[in-house]
Amino acid sequence: MEVINIKGTEDTPNVILDKENGKFEISGRSLPEDVNMFFEPIMDWIDEYSEDPLDKTVFDFKLEYFNTASSKVILDILLKFEEIVEDGKEVVVKWHYHEDEEDMLEAGEEYADIVEIPFEYIVLED
Amino acid sequence: MSELKEKKGHSFLDFAYQMYKSMKTNEINLVYEGEVTQEITKTFTSLTERSLAKTEESNMVQRKVFHVMVECLQNISKHADSLEGEEEKRGIVMVSHGKESYNIITGNVIRNEKIPALKESLEKVNSLEKEDLSALYKKQMREGRISEKGGAGLGLIDIAKKTGSKLDYQFKELNDDVSFFILTSTVKRK
Repeated sequence: MEVINIKGTEDTPNVILDKENGKFEISGRSLPEDVNMFFEPIMDWIDEYSEDPLDKTVFDFKLEYFNTASSKVILDILLKFEEIVEDGKEVVVKWHYHEDEEDMLEAGEEYADIVEIPFEYIVLED
Repeated sequence: MSELKEKKGHSFLDFAYQMYKSMKTNEINLVYEGEVTQEITKTFTSLTERSLAKTEESNMVQRKVFHVMVECLQNISKHADSLEGEEEKRGIVMVSHGKESYNIITGNVIRNEKIPALKESLEKVNSLEKEDLSALYKKQMREGRISEKGGAGLGLIDIAKKTGSKLDYQFKELNDDVSFFILTSTVKRK
């Protein structure tokens, strides 16, 4: 499968989606004006991936900031991975946050409440 | 026509100045009146981020101020209406701080017919405590759709949830068609 490797900017995140190397990661900031436009290729990639996913997918979220429109899209991404879980494959979300950023931990916990995917919370060192 | 335009521009400034005076005990960090675009949003948030980074403010407070600014500015760039003869999404933005808190004040023109629905959203958010705000946020994330304007209907809920403060708002009627909407968000310093 094609590899997605998008370099982040001051308002869009770094995205790596690499099935062959088992690397799935979103990091940095996400506050684009048009979230749909930015995330569309990512959604399409995940749709294709979910047709034949790895036995175990570990998805790293290392976001330092995201706006509310992005929060909705992140949920949509997680819901796609939930379907992979429903199809009998393993998915783990590693939710990284800085220790003094309770809001980011809380955001992860809210997603974990909504989707049936195990979450691991990992404190980011500076 | 140009005189009329000038007058209208002037009333914005008067209004901003009145607010400035009413906040004289607070220190104003930033004042802006003009077009609000994604570029402006990025510029102001990074300006504020850099100036906060120089202070002793905790990362959490810095992050909350940044967060509220992004949501408020993107609300203006998505939803602001215009006065006759203007096409841009304009607004005012002020950031001030006192001993207890940071205030992020934004203002923009809104068509009068949109006020009841906005008021209802604001009152709904203000009636909820933190846990219920979190429940409402999750519900809206699940059931909502990203609108054509790129909004998710989450901004106001998020501001109230992140700041732990009620949303302070005013509508000042400008004429039969439009009003000026002022939203003050408060981030407590800890």
